[in-house]
Amino acid sequence: MKFSENWLREWVNPPADTETLADQLTFLGLEVDEVVSAQPDFKKVVIARIDKIRPHPDAKKLQICDVDCGMSDLVQVVCGAPNARLGLVTAFVMVGGTMPSGMQIKAAKLRGEDSSGMLCSAAELRLSESNEGIMELPESAPVGDSLSSFLELNDNIIAIELTPDRGDCLSIRGIARDLCAKNDVSMLLHEITNIAPQHKEEWLVRVEPGSSCVRYCSRVIRDVDLTRPSPVWLTERLRRAGVRAINPAVDVTNYVMLELGQPMHAFDLDKVQGNIQVREAGEGEALELLDGRTVKLTGDTTVIADDSGAIGIAGIMGGASTAVDEQSTNILFESALFLPERTIGKPRQYGCHTESSQRFERGVDPKLQKDAIEYATGMLLNLSGGLPGTVSDWQDSHNLPLGSPVLLRRSRLHRIIGVKPEPANVERILKRLGVSVESQGDDWVVMPPSHRYDLRIEEDFIEEVARVNGFDSLPRTSPGHSPVFLDVKETAVPLIAIKQHLVNRGYQEVVTYSFVDAEQQNTLRPDLAALPLANPISTDLAVMRTTLLGGLLDTQRRNQSRQLNEMRIFESGLRFLQASNTVADSMLDANFHDDLQIGHGLIQQTMLAGLAVGSRQPEGWASDANEVDFFDIKADLEALIRSANGSAVTFGECTLDTLHPGQRSCVLSNGVPVGYIGRLNPGLLRELDLNHAPVVFEVALKTLQTALLPAIKPVSKYPNVRRDLALVVNSELPWVTLEACIKQAAPTIVQSVRAFDVYEGDNVDTGKKSVAIGLILQDFSRTLEEQEVEAAVDAIMLAVTTKLGAELRG
Amino acid sequence: MALNLDQLLTDAQNIIADAASPDALEQARVELLGKKGRLTDSLKAIGQLPKEEKPAAGQAVNKIKVQVQALLDERKIVLEQHALAEKLTADALDVSLPGRSGFAGGLHPVTLTIERICALFGSLGFSTVHGPEIEDDFHNFEALNIPAHHPARAMHDTFYFDAARLLRTHTSSVQIRHMTDNKPPMRILAPGRVYRCDSDQTHSPMFHQVEGLLVDRDVGLTDLMGHLEGFLQRFFDQDDCEIRFRPSYFPFTEPSAEVDIRINQGPWLEVLGSGVVHPAVFRSVRIDSEAWTGYAFGLGVERLAMLRYGVTDLRQFYENDMRFLAQFN
Repeated sequence: MKFSENWLREWVNPPADTETLADQLTFLGLEVDEVVSAQPDFKKVVIARIDKIRPHPDAKKLQICDVDCGMSDLVQVVCGAPNARLGLVTAFVMVGGTMPSGMQIKAAKLRGEDSSGMLCSAAELRLSESNEGIMELPESAPVGDSLSSFLELNDNIIAIELTPDRGDCLSIRGIARDLCAKNDVSMLLHEITNIAPQHKEEWLVRVEPGSSCVRYCSRVIRDVDLTRPSPVWLTERLRRAGVRAINPAVDVTNYVMLELGQPMHAFDLDKVQGNIQVREAGEGEALELLDGRTVKLTGDTTVIADDSGAIGIAGIMGGASTAVDEQSTNILFESALFLPERTIGKPRQYGCHTESSQRFERGVDPKLQKDAIEYATGMLLNLSGGLPGTVSDWQDSHNLPLGSPVLLRRSRLHRIIGVKPEPANVERILKRLGVSVESQGDDWVVMPPSHRYDLRIEEDFIEEVARVNGFDSLPRTSPGHSPVFLDVKETAVPLIAIKQHLVNRGYQEVVTYSFVDAEQQNTLRPDLAALPLANPISTDLAVMRTTLLGGLLDTQRRNQSRQLNEMRIFESGLRFLQASNTVADSMLDANFHDDLQIGHGLIQQTMLAGLAVGSRQPEGWASDANEVDFFDIKADLEALIRSANGSAVTFGECTLDTLHPGQRSCVLSNGVPVGYIGRLNPGLLRELDLNHAPVVFEVALKTLQTALLPAIKPVSKYPNVRRDLALVVNSELPWVTLEACIKQAAPTIVQSVRAFDVYEGDNVDTGKKSVAIGLILQDFSRTLEEQEVEAAVDAIMLAVTTKLGAELRG
Repeated sequence: MALNLDQLLTDAQNIIADAASPDALEQARVELLGKKGRLTDSLKAIGQLPKEEKPAAGQAVNKIKVQVQALLDERKIVLEQHALAEKLTADALDVSLPGRSGFAGGLHPVTLTIERICALFGSLGFSTVHGPEIEDDFHNFEALNIPAHHPARAMHDTFYFDAARLLRTHTSSVQIRHMTDNKPPMRILAPGRVYRCDSDQTHSPMFHQVEGLLVDRDVGLTDLMGHLEGFLQRFFDQDDCEIRFRPSYFPFTEPSAEVDIRINQGPWLEVLGSGVVHPAVFRSVRIDSEAWTGYAFGLGVERLAMLRYGVTDLRQFYENDMRFLAQFN
């Protein structure tokens, strides 16, 4: 809502300058967006009258005017406006003046004729958007006076942003009410007088049950003369409120709406066919709107209709067929109340958010309709003459939204705001806002005024008191505390600790969108159907991610295009799976269900994913410049697993074709798949537009967040013994199989088994590899004897030779 | 035979002094004190002496032996010192070269900001909770006193999947879930991603909020203001930081306040919405609004991060340009 400051000050004029007034509005909750001067940037523009006019001898479209601009002599100017005519009082920029466009006015010759100054249009002066010839000022306008003072441009346009609860402040009167309460002053009197009918004509509008209409006032006004445009003071107020002047009948309805908050409509009665009724639209009924568009209506829409069909969407926009124009002489004013709950959503449905619709969506004062029609009648008679008929006032009195009384407790007020209220102050504020207040012991029974749809419960009235008093006048306090210990679990690893761990290992955290490109997603996880958005913002952000991999690969690609080819990155966040295809996803299991918010047929699982590409270390004089490989990243993942002390994570066979078939592994928790690690399948590089295949991992975060409490075992005081074995085995034998075989065969004195070298090549047969294994043996009660060590090694050798065909390397 | 012990000592001194390495010194020791060494020879020679001369000769030889041993020990220390000095010279490095480094990792500024918010409110006893991002109408709207057709719904450009499911438009939905499952008193923070169907320089279709909720016996507007003002002052940690509270409207709080901050006399910027929990919200989660009151707020994480770190374009947070992100490390 934007409006003229001067207009507002006609209703309430506290001793406050513009800035203070704007601050008051903002701190009342009517946030001021901007305050701009109503004066466009022009200089030396005066009121002038065309006293002589003759055609230009050398130009068909130009005329030569001698204008009186208050100087002793007439000034000659050449003018091309079609409406330039003898006696017209208009705006004139004198030589030396400037236009808002920055143009400087100089004396010139136009096609050989002197022209000293310029007659100009409202649009050229940025006073209007329509560019229909030079300005037409009233004959009475004082020639020679400055246009600015005549138009009272010494004014500001205040724009406020209203919250959806304050429909009442979509009017000058509503805003004035809040300011009256703030400044504890009375509203300046604006009496609305009833205009006596001059004929008995009463237009009976039939309102069908089930429509959104609960009150409908109408009045016939015959014999109006709309050929003369509205006076400048009126059109200027409309302009400052962002409303275009059209003709006096329409301008009056807009003026009343802006001032009182009641949207009105004017029909050309001579264009109405038969009777008017308010009814539900027929499904698919067509209506040509005032803005020229034709819409197809749905059955839940209330329309105003005559015998020919719909002639307007109730409370939103009138139809073209009955529009009032300058030629109209008999009009019908409508001042009705359509319920918000039936209006909300309709402007969006029909793509017409109008001044009227935004008021009806928020709620219009149910007591205002008749006053508004009387007020409008009075104005129109003054501007355009006419003979008013009787006001017809239909109401569905049971359904008028009038609010109900509420008990306002002083104790509750204290509790909700935090300070003890001053009873007299509470009453004063509420009464200024139009609330009726009755004391009841310590408390009050309060009844909201009809224009305040938002005052329904006790807290609503409490807020009014706090709001008008000003939040900034309140003290800052800290609430009493019912102390509760935070639930700090030692076995729960916080996400931030996991993130910090990766950061310490050189990873940069990234944040990517949760919605991704459907096609790319399908490339990465063809086994999972992604949930599509019904209204995506673009096609590359159209489905919910089933893997975090896409965002990481996008990040790699985007940085690669900036010549950044080395990175270690990670992200944590939800992925979204439809329950129907979770069977296909190997990474889900009942063990993890407590982490997943399941409902509406989908699963939202927190994942941690990482990507590494480029050299092992940043380039440097002593760096390892080899490309980062599977085992570098596996080490990072293992480190995370280790810090989730003791959780039973293992690695197993992986079948995800997104990964390199020879460099991929499944992550298992207690034998259940919870993630994967591997190099991106190089076959996907072209499709994903990447230069290098990164090593990636993705794992259910829960796996890393569940730790075991340390259970301490004794430490041996006796020396350990080391034995190394070099075993030759088949190349494809996985280490885990060899390790398991050794561990199974080893007596308890074998404390650890580790591979310290793996070799294929010279001196080892093709198809074989040599694995060097270190065994650490130790006992807790004594120093080991040589025979015991030998026996342990023999047992291991027996197992690996018989079960796995291993041989000792010669 | 006269033992030429003086000569022997002189020779020993020369031999030891000539030993230029630990090996040479060992050779010298063998030559002098070994089984076939010269001192051993001298001792053997004592056997040939007349009986009365033997004690004196033995003493003399032993004295020389002690002297030689001392010379050897002395020389050994000198040689070790030499060796060390040589090694130190040889091992000298160009210490001005940089260390052997790994990649520098870092947390995303959104995470840094959320952590900071959680740490500050954590000191007041708030704990962190999470909720789903795909929500239903009840938790995102209905229970927050935003029924269907409520004008406030127009303020949320909502992403939908179908009639039942949507992407949460605010973290306030987590309040509802927490209050449904827990009993007051409670102090929680719910950080996370939220989604609005809107995208330009100042709007991202995905951004982050931290929802705060405090429910206790007597919590009012002044408590909300006290906590939020204290938080913002500490978060921005600078002298010239002004904070103002403006009445506003949220369906789930009453009264409601918008909080603006201004740093270094710049423009006022809206950083959070807040208010006293609306009784209708308590009703929807079956908490008695006569017994308990509370406050709630929703912080815009990116907005705070932009102000704190001087980021001017919201979209930079999701472009993940390493040159941008590395500046937070």
